Amino acid sequence: MFATKAAADNLAAAQPVKGRSLWADARARFLRNKAAVAGLIVLFLVTLFALLGPLIAPWNNEDIDWNVLGNVAEAGRPSLETGHWFGTDALGRDLFARTVQGTQISLMVGIVGALISVIVGTLYGAVAGYFGGRADAVMMRAVDVLMSIPYMFVLILLLVVFGRSMLMLFIGIGLVSWLDMARIARGQTLSLRSKEYVEAAIATGVKPFTIILRHIVPNLLGVVIVYATLLVPSMIIYESFISFLGLGVQEPLTSWGALINDGAAEMNNGTYWMLGFPLFFFVITLFGFFFVGDGLRDALDPKDR
Amino acid sequence: MLVFILKRLLVAIPVLLILIVGTFILMYTAPGSPFATDRGIPPAVLANLEAQYGLDQPFAVQIWRYIVGIVTEFDFGPSFIYRDQDVNDLIGQGFPVTLTYGFWSFVVAVIVGGALGILAAVKHNTWLDYLAVGISIGAQVLPNFVLAPILVLVFTLWLGWLPGGGWQGGQIEYIILPVIALSTSFMASIARISRASMLEVLTSNFIRTARAKGLPMRRVIFRHALKPALLPVISYLGPAFVGMITGSVVIDIYFSTGGIGQFFVASALNRDYGVMMGITVLLGTLTILFNLLVDILYAWIDPKIRY
Repeated sequence: MFATKAAADNLAAAQPVKGRSLWADARARFLRNKAAVAGLIVLFLVTLFALLGPLIAPWNNEDIDWNVLGNVAEAGRPSLETGHWFGTDALGRDLFARTVQGTQISLMVGIVGALISVIVGTLYGAVAGYFGGRADAVMMRAVDVLMSIPYMFVLILLLVVFGRSMLMLFIGIGLVSWLDMARIARGQTLSLRSKEYVEAAIATGVKPFTIILRHIVPNLLGVVIVYATLLVPSMIIYESFISFLGLGVQEPLTSWGALINDGAAEMNNGTYWMLGFPLFFFVITLFGFFFVGDGLRDALDPKDR
Repeated sequence: MLVFILKRLLVAIPVLLILIVGTFILMYTAPGSPFATDRGIPPAVLANLEAQYGLDQPFAVQIWRYIVGIVTEFDFGPSFIYRDQDVNDLIGQGFPVTLTYGFWSFVVAVIVGGALGILAAVKHNTWLDYLAVGISIGAQVLPNFVLAPILVLVFTLWLGWLPGGGWQGGQIEYIILPVIALSTSFMASIARISRASMLEVLTSNFIRTARAKGLPMRRVIFRHALKPALLPVISYLGPAFVGMITGSVVIDIYFSTGGIGQFFVASALNRDYGVMMGITVLLGTLTILFNLLVDILYAWIDPKIRY
C-alpha cells in the first residue's frame, strides 16, 4: 500500500518524459556525422573569412601596388612583408583582398540563387501537387519542357539581351534552377495532400492557398532544406561558370569563377598562387556544402531511417 | 513501339516550337539594333541594313520566315556582325569538332563511370569501392572549368606530355585533355548512380533466387543484375547530355578547340544575335532529340513500361 503510494509520489514528482522532436532527432543524427560537422566548420570559417577579411586586409581590393607592377612574377609573390599574403594578381592588385571579395560575391550569389529557386520551386511544386489533375499535368509538363532546354545558353542569352548585371545574374540563375525543386516539392505534396489534417482544413473551409502555405509548405521543410543546401554549391558553380566565360560578374567586382579564370590565364608565367588561392576556397566551400547537404539528407530524409 | 515513338515525336514538336519562339521573342525584344555601333550610323543606312535582313518586317512575318527557313532549308539565318558568314557556316566549322570530343567524352563517361560504379557495388566495402566513392566525391567539386586549368598545369606545363590547346584536325593528343576535362564530372555522377542502383538490385529477391539456384556471380551480374541496375543511369543520360553541351563551351574557350561553344561566347560578347539564336536553337533541338532517344531506350529496356 505504502509502496504503491511512494511509487505514485515518485511518478508525480518525476519530470515528464521529454519527447524527442523530429528536429532534435535530426540534430543528433547530424552531429554524429563527422564529415557533415567538419563541412559545417569549414563553411563557418569561410563565412568568417568573407566577413572579417576586409577588416584585416592591409590592401584594398581595387588599389594597384605600383611597386609590384611589371614584375608580378617576382615581387607579387605571396609574402608577409609586402602585406600581399596571397600575392597579387597580374595587375598588381592584392589577391587576398580580391579573394575575400570574390568569396563574398560567390557565397551571396549561391545563397540568393538557391533562395529564389527554393521559393519559386516549392510554391510551384506545392500548387501543382495540391491541385492535381489537369493543372498538375499541365504544370509538370511545362517543367519537363523547360528541363529539356540547355538552360545555360538561355541564361547567357538573358545576360546579353538585358545587360550583364548582378541582378540579372540572380534572376537568371534563380529562374533556371527551380525545376528540380518543383519536382521534389510536388512529389512530397502528393503524399501530404491526403493527410487527415489537410482533409480537416478542407472540411472547415480553409482556402486552398492558405492550406498550401500553412499546412503543406511547413511539412515540406525538411526536404526543402536538404535540397537547398545542395543547391547552393550548384549555384556557385553556375555563377563561376558564367564568370569564367567573362559574362558574369564584371570588374572591379570579382568572384571565384573570374579569379580562377584570371589565374588560369596567367599560369604560363609560373604565378601559380593566382590560381591556387581562389581554387582552394572554391573547392573547400563546395566540399563543405556537399558534406553538410549529405549529412542533412541522412538526418532528415525519412527514407533512410 | 512505333506508336510510342510517334507519340513522343508529336510531343517533341511543340517543345521545339516553344524553344524557337521563346528565343526569337527574347532576341526581338533585345534593346538596340544589332547594327548600332559606337560611332553611330546614319538612319538611312540603318533602315537599309534592316530591310536587307528583313528586320523591318512585322514580328509575325519575321518569326514565320525564321521557322520556315529552319524547317524547310535547315537555314539558321545570317550573322549580323560578319556579313560574309551565316550561322550555317559557323555551325559547319564548329560542329564536327564539338561532336568529336563530345562523343568521346560521352563514351568515356558512360563506360568508365558505369564500370567503376558496378565494380564498386560488386566489391562493396573493399578498397575498390572506397576508391570509386572517393573519385566521385572529388570530381563533384572539380567542374570542367576548374579541372581544365589543373590538367593543363600538370600535363602540359609540368610533364609536357600533351598540348594545352588547339585542335589540329582532331589528332589524338589534342583530344585527350578536352575529353578528360569534359567527361570527369559526368563519369563521377554515373559511377555514383550506377553504384547505388547496383547495390539496391543486388539485395533484391530475384538476385538471391539466381544465386540460390547455383549460378556463378559473374553470370548473375551480367544476365540478371545489369539491366535493372542501368535504368537510373539511362535516365541520367539526358541531363548529362545537356551538361556536356554546356561544358563544351568551357572546353572550346579554354583549349581553343574551335568548337561551336567558341562561336557562341564570341557572339555573346559581340551581341551577334543571329548566331546566338541559331546556336541555341540548334543545341536545343539536339537536346530534345537526344531526350527522345533516351526515352525510347528506357522504354525498350524497362519491362515495367508498356507502350
